[in-house]
Amino acid sequence: MSATATTGRKRKGTAPRGVPYLFLAPAIILFTLFLLLPIGYAIYLSFRQIKVSGLGLGKGSRTEIWAGLDNYASALGDPELLGSALRVLAYGLVLLPIMLGLALLFALLLDAPRVRFGRFAKLAIFLPYAVPGVIASMLWGFLYLPAVSPFNDVIGALGLPEPNMLGGGSVFFAIVNIAVWGGVGFNMIVLFTSLRAVPGEIYESASIDGASDLQIALRIKIPLLMPSLIMTTVFSLIATLQVFTEPLTIRSLTNSISSTWTPLMKVYRDAFSQNDIYSAAASSVVIAVVTLVLSFGFLRLVSRQAFGGENR
Amino acid sequence: MRPSIGKSLAAAALATTLLATAACSGGGDTEEEPTGPVELSFWSWAPGIEKTVDLWNSQNPEIKVVLSKQAGGADIVTKLLTAAKAGNPPDLAQVEYQSLPTLVSNDVLADIAEQTKDVKDKFPAGAWQQVTLGTEAVYAIPQDSGPMMLYYREDIFKEMGLTVPKTWDEFAATARTVRQKDSAKYLTTFSAADPGWFAGLAQQAGASWWGIDGETWKVSVNDAATKKVADYWGGLVTEGAISGNPMYTPEWNKSLNDGTIIAWPSAVWGPGVLEGNAPDTKGKWAMAPLPQWSAGENKTGNWGGSTTGVTAASKHKTAAVKFATWMNTDTAATDSLITSGAIYPAASAAQASQHLQAPPAFFPQQADFYTSAKTIADSAAGFTWGPNTNVTYDTYKDAFAKAITDKTPFSAALDVMQSATVADMQKNGFTVAG
Repeated sequence: MSATATTGRKRKGTAPRGVPYLFLAPAIILFTLFLLLPIGYAIYLSFRQIKVSGLGLGKGSRTEIWAGLDNYASALGDPELLGSALRVLAYGLVLLPIMLGLALLFALLLDAPRVRFGRFAKLAIFLPYAVPGVIASMLWGFLYLPAVSPFNDVIGALGLPEPNMLGGGSVFFAIVNIAVWGGVGFNMIVLFTSLRAVPGEIYESASIDGASDLQIALRIKIPLLMPSLIMTTVFSLIATLQVFTEPLTIRSLTNSISSTWTPLMKVYRDAFSQNDIYSAAASSVVIAVVTLVLSFGFLRLVSRQAFGGENR
Repeated sequence: MRPSIGKSLAAAALATTLLATAACSGGGDTEEEPTGPVELSFWSWAPGIEKTVDLWNSQNPEIKVVLSKQAGGADIVTKLLTAAKAGNPPDLAQVEYQSLPTLVSNDVLADIAEQTKDVKDKFPAGAWQQVTLGTEAVYAIPQDSGPMMLYYREDIFKEMGLTVPKTWDEFAATARTVRQKDSAKYLTTFSAADPGWFAGLAQQAGASWWGIDGETWKVSVNDAATKKVADYWGGLVTEGAISGNPMYTPEWNKSLNDGTIIAWPSAVWGPGVLEGNAPDTKGKWAMAPLPQWSAGENKTGNWGGSTTGVTAASKHKTAAVKFATWMNTDTAATDSLITSGAIYPAASAAQASQHLQAPPAFFPQQADFYTSAKTIADSAAGFTWGPNTNVTYDTYKDAFAKAITDKTPFSAALDVMQSATVADMQKNGFTVAG
């Protein structure tokens, strides 16, 4: 016994120093190749620009040169980028409370002691999340387009004025609606799962103390859910700032969505439609920084309340 | 909205990788052309073009063409630019006329003037001018053209007692009559989603958006002719005489199919679109020349149309030009393009093909369809495209969509197009005269 133990210890002691790095290598290589390098390259591109000479038609009339902060200056001074950022901010302010509020409500309802059709309800609420964004947008697009919408048929048959959900004022809410439809299910599952992890004795003792279901929900469940609520909020915040698929898909159906409706749409247009990857790279870096600042800012703001007790 | 950080990161990484690949420069010059059997890669989106390629391959075992089907128009330009920067573009590609300067300016297409000395005469001057960009060089071989004409629902016109408008004034009057007689119907729609369509209409009025003067570009997207066209359509949309909803949407398809939109200024390839998007209306449409700005005139513009270009990075340029020339001028090839792809060829001789004697299947009653089409095609105005048509087109979509929703003058949207185009060219360092 002791002999084997010794050899074992010995082997462990003489293992080459590089072994841990070998085990780390796959992760480090993949991380470098597919995250660090592309990000580094995007940052590099954001400091470059194209310089054309004359008509730009001859061979070699187009060279890449150092741009300094020019791309950043034009990105930060661009009213379209600012406009799209403000639009997305408003979008987030409308979307986050509705989506997370509904997710929380459904999670609490499903966690209530007497639930009928619980499994069915969970699946039904979760299902839209499984529908890819492009397909969801196309489905909703058909429902919105006045000429093909069954809703408009019904409303028209009742003699009421038919709404145009893709009109200038309403298209914003039409997009919010798609996001709510697609996002509630995922957040509901996250919240519901963490509710399930709460030990049943807590509820038992609360009800012995005379707390009603509503009081249990408000005074016990929601405070216990705080970490999960914060996590879903941060994820939703990031996803909100990156809204892209829905407006891009709906855009082909209406005049109300411009090609720079959201910041990412502008990046996409600049890079792939207008062939200017340099300013697109600069805008991307700006968006990434803003996203980081907002996400970490939010976490710092709420962490003292939510995790304060644990940290100390 | 998908709240998954993993996916978001993956998407971000993917996007950066794409950007990275997009910018990798590469691809050295190879002047010597190897002899012996060669293989050419060819990107195209034309329907049925594989049959034409097969025909070539069966006759030319020495030069094998490998076709790769692509998404159309604007997408292929993005892919070509990216592939060229990465150093692995195809040997040949289908390119729309308006994208040629963009690709030439990015050094994607080769100058094939040497190899195409005998080809020039086989095409109408208007089409040839567009592949030379008005210079001594030749950057592609014209494949098809899209002369514009007016499609209208013959049955509904008869029912409502309408006559086919010969001038744009008559067209406006017809639009108002349609609204008075049936408030569910529109004569047509103005689409802010289709800049190529608007460019064609502007060409008819004599617009000239770009020009080359020595070593200087002249940009005049908001010239008097284009302003006239823009304000004409803007007036009709604002007063509600026509619809302002985009084309190529499920709504538009339905309106064409159920007869709530009864006319469509479009191009010679229109029957194929109508057949696909409004299948219930077979035999109910008729084609007439586009309405004119002055009575008695006979002019039109082009909407779309494409060419076959040879890339600068191709190692087999001579073989590639040989194939491109054959495909667009040889009778067997152009006949194959007509029959399997419903392409309206650009080559003069091909336009008289026996396969263009019968009308399109969707227009069985209009026996002289292609005879009229040829007369119309010959009246198409020439046009010089600029090196950043993509920017101009993007701005069209945003500015005109905004003008329609805000009910502001279309000519102001045109000014936005002009300033965006000039600003982009100046930013990139082109020599531009305002």
